[in-house]
Amino acid sequence: MHEAPFSPLLNAHERVDARLTDFAGWQMPLRFESDLAEHQAVRTKAGIFDLSHMGQVEVSGPGAAQLIDHSFVGLSSTMEIGRAKYTMMVAEEGGVLDDLIVYRLAEAEFLVIPNGVNRTLVVDELTRRGGEGDTAVIDHTLSRALIAVQGPVAAEVLQGFVDIDLTQLRNYRCTSGFLTVAARTVPTLVARTGYSGEDGFEVSISANDAEDVWEALAAVEQVSRCGLAARDSLRLEAGLPLYGNELSAHTTPYDVGMGRLVHLDHDFVGREALRKRSEGEGTALIGLVGEGRRAARAGASVLQEGEPIGAITSGILSPTLGYPIAMAVVTEGTVEGQVVDVDVRGRTFPMEVVALPFYRRPKTT
Amino acid sequence: MSVPTDRQYSAEHEWIIVDGNVATVGITEYASNALGDVVYTELPGVSEEVTAGEVCGEIESTKSVSDLYSPVSGAIQDVNEDLADAPELVNDDPYGKGWLFTVQVSELGELMDAAAYANHIGE
Repeated sequence: MHEAPFSPLLNAHERVDARLTDFAGWQMPLRFESDLAEHQAVRTKAGIFDLSHMGQVEVSGPGAAQLIDHSFVGLSSTMEIGRAKYTMMVAEEGGVLDDLIVYRLAEAEFLVIPNGVNRTLVVDELTRRGGEGDTAVIDHTLSRALIAVQGPVAAEVLQGFVDIDLTQLRNYRCTSGFLTVAARTVPTLVARTGYSGEDGFEVSISANDAEDVWEALAAVEQVSRCGLAARDSLRLEAGLPLYGNELSAHTTPYDVGMGRLVHLDHDFVGREALRKRSEGEGTALIGLVGEGRRAARAGASVLQEGEPIGAITSGILSPTLGYPIAMAVVTEGTVEGQVVDVDVRGRTFPMEVVALPFYRRPKTT
Repeated sequence: MSVPTDRQYSAEHEWIIVDGNVATVGITEYASNALGDVVYTELPGVSEEVTAGEVCGEIESTKSVSDLYSPVSGAIQDVNEDLADAPELVNDDPYGKGWLFTVQVSELGELMDAAAYANHIGE
């Protein structure tokens, strides 16, 4: 028996000897075969990821739009039905509590996807921020599964199973429909969203249907099962932040270059603190590239003319680009093209400041 | 999990084959699996002195950096230069082409045989 919480796909992962790791209190696959092969699969064909540790939280009722607006830095009540938005929840003092996606499923129904590590906190905060209202906050996570299909052939792969016309489903849109797998038809919510820098989808299904859907996708020749290691290297190449690395309760959205997400002209928890910060100074999120093969890792000090200006938040040897890349949070004022020094285990290496992202997927017609 | 009987092992997951007074050293399949894809190896320099049980280099994978310990004391005779361009040899053939370095041995460290190592890794 597995200890709760656990993914409905855990048995499937164990059957193929996935290397598991503890992530946000869940046993999730770190890798199936090879981090590099899985990363490469997503950049060239398609990969599937088990994201069942991520929250699926319903916010519905007459006060739903108001609660969503009040709880997040972005303005969601103006979203059309079938739209998705990336936004953040901050504390009263302005620190980021989570970064997440909000889907509008109906006039008075939203689906919120918090990070696994922040799920219970986000649910509690949504409940608290709703006050005495007539809005339901329901955590469906443990009865659902979430599978990402990412890569240049993701649409082709998923279209083979779903009755939704994916050519009509644009970026940051979502819709419900049905998947046909293992001779059954199961309901699903499909969103054209992702964390890899490639085209792709996030597919929400009932936990009971998860294994059939996962195995059907995995059986497609162009599809590789991918773990958290590949997920991390892909998102870093795409310049996307990770809660716990770039984002934490100690940083405001402005301190990591995410000020554009904040709409100060609506009332939300943390608004005053963020207004002050938007008018003041703080830090910036920068991209760094290096030479050779040694990656600067999270925590490494960044120096400008010998003076520490901040630290690396994430770093890898980029599998796609072939050189070290890193994101760092440093005092404002660095410019693109500038060379800084990074302390890597006692030795300093030069790295050049670049604009994010490091990698952009090729444009297709 | 492969644990060849033609060599000895250290608690830090290195293998060692001693031929006369020259030893060849690498890391075990257990270690290379745990590391994941190796992307870089930092090996000691030729003729550098190494001490049994002490860190003599680093092996870096996509996710992390691990210390490399020398299972013997002595002077480095040779390092595997193929690893500079093909660090994945450590994953593909940890007991053969993925060898790390050879040492002119002055003193052996604490070593165990294949059966004891298999036990050590819980096989």
